[in-house]
Amino acid sequence: MKSQNKTIVVTVVITVIVLLAAFYFLMPVFGPRFMHPLMSERMHGNSSQVNASDLDTSTEKLTENGAFKVSFKSELDPIVIGPIHSWTIHVETADGQPVEGATILVDGGMPEHGHGLPTAPQVTQDLGNGDYLVEGLKFQMGGWWEVKFNISADGTTDNVTFNLVLGG
Amino acid sequence: MEQRITSRLIWCWAGKRVQKRFIHTAVLLTLTALILSGCGSQTTAWSDAEVQILQTLWIGNLPSLPSDPSNRFGDDAKAAALGEKLFFDTRFSSNGKVACATCHDPEKNFQDGLPRAQGVGTTTRRAMPIAGTAYSPWLFWDGRKDSQWAQALGPLENPVEHGGTRTQYVKLIQAYYKDEYESIFGELPDFSDTSRFPESAGPVPAGLTNGTDAATNWEAMTTEDREAVTQVYVNMGKAIAAYERTLMPGESRFDQYVEAVLKNDSQAAESILNQDEIAGLKLFIGDANCTRCHNGALFTDNDFHNTGVPAIENLPEDTGRALGAQQVLADEFNCLSAYSDAAPKDCDELRFILAEGEALMRAYKPPSLRDVALRAPYMHAGQFTTLEGVLNHYNEAPAAPKGHSELEMLHLSKTQLDQIIAFLKTLSTIR
Repeated sequence: MKSQNKTIVVTVVITVIVLLAAFYFLMPVFGPRFMHPLMSERMHGNSSQVNASDLDTSTEKLTENGAFKVSFKSELDPIVIGPIHSWTIHVETADGQPVEGATILVDGGMPEHGHGLPTAPQVTQDLGNGDYLVEGLKFQMGGWWEVKFNISADGTTDNVTFNLVLGG
Repeated sequence: MEQRITSRLIWCWAGKRVQKRFIHTAVLLTLTALILSGCGSQTTAWSDAEVQILQTLWIGNLPSLPSDPSNRFGDDAKAAALGEKLFFDTRFSSNGKVACATCHDPEKNFQDGLPRAQGVGTTTRRAMPIAGTAYSPWLFWDGRKDSQWAQALGPLENPVEHGGTRTQYVKLIQAYYKDEYESIFGELPDFSDTSRFPESAGPVPAGLTNGTDAATNWEAMTTEDREAVTQVYVNMGKAIAAYERTLMPGESRFDQYVEAVLKNDSQAAESILNQDEIAGLKLFIGDANCTRCHNGALFTDNDFHNTGVPAIENLPEDTGRALGAQQVLADEFNCLSAYSDAAPKDCDELRFILAEGEALMRAYKPPSLRDVALRAPYMHAGQFTTLEGVLNHYNEAPAAPKGHSELEMLHLSKTQLDQIIAFLKTLSTIR
């Protein structure tokens, strides 16, 4: 019984040593992604990693409270990282009437990185028929971007967020 | 009791002989895994998404040189020829010893290898490389200038760089470059009347320059005379910019590798970069997050980032882009100024500049990484003497001295950091 116990202890110790050695040597191969879950959570900061394919990247959306239907068209098609460029956004009521004379604020950023847009884009022209020119948009890195519009018209204010997933 | 049951169970599971085998098997498995891992890295398969990123970094992806609407002489060969001469002419300084090329030495990749540039005095920042800056909407570490010509005019009047003044410079143009100047920009005003045009005058910080108070002299001049001087001074900048526009990085081993990958020629690819360099490239575009800022064919997004680079003791406080944004908006030579040739619609970067917010505090422009291995020391004030120092900083992601660092800890091993450095060395222009 004693010698049996001894063998077990030796076995377990050797196995543990071997496994630890293997883990140590294989670290560079595993890469940090397969490290301890605690570690990986610390690394990525927020555990809410978003899968790009799950995002709603439609270019036409109802605002959060359903007040307006908003769509955008970029001067750059496809949108690539680097150049400063303009969008035209179209705003209409939920039942399809163009909204003119709206006050529109632009904001956005990369939720996963916690930073905003690299520029301060603005709506510079009311083009009529519910169309507005947004100038000064720029995305300087690949990944998930949000572009948000705060729209006020006829005493109603509502928000809409468009998602972009850019390569590069 | 419990312990006994456990040990019995283990015993039942592994008889003595089996146990021995188990140990052997474990050792064998580990060795196999180690060997396999070594073999595994011998072939590098790139995913479609990775190939796409490689292509964006490839020099063949560099768009054709964008025009500079603010400089209508930007593509004038005669202006570039004059600009090149001015770039190397040490007479354009307070002590006759400093030219642009003093800190931007062509032999050293248009920089000086010093932590802080040395002109007639010592600056508080690292001299930046020039190649490819024609693509950048912002110049200097903090982007306080928005064109190459406006940038070139900054150091000329900086008391610790060239240390001279604009009347001094336009008089030099009259003395040594009159014909060349006039063949490009038209008639040169006569600056020889020293009662109207003092030897040393310019909108520089108050104090003695060349033995006289240049700021007071400048104030005493008529508006028309000041404008005449400034126009010639601006044209000097535009000539220098026409020359600097021609400075581009060349093809590197990395570019040859990407070309081979794009052609699906894996054999050629593997003969261009070794396994460490390829592994470093994979980390660069993947787990190390480098392409967040170092993207595109010039490996820079030309934006501004706080990466927690330490502040240097005894230097005045440096707020980076927070101040640079205000300076470029107020700059007498910016894109919207009277000296710019651009229409307001060509000044979108300035019109829609992000000029407020915490993100600008101690944010600096990432320089191009092309030829980076030839350009130690690193960061805006030469904080790190080696690439190892830089990579360790990115790996550890310390808190910023002020503002908020965008870095996250990378948890990369020493081997992985060395691989990234091996990759960075492949970005040197093949000469």
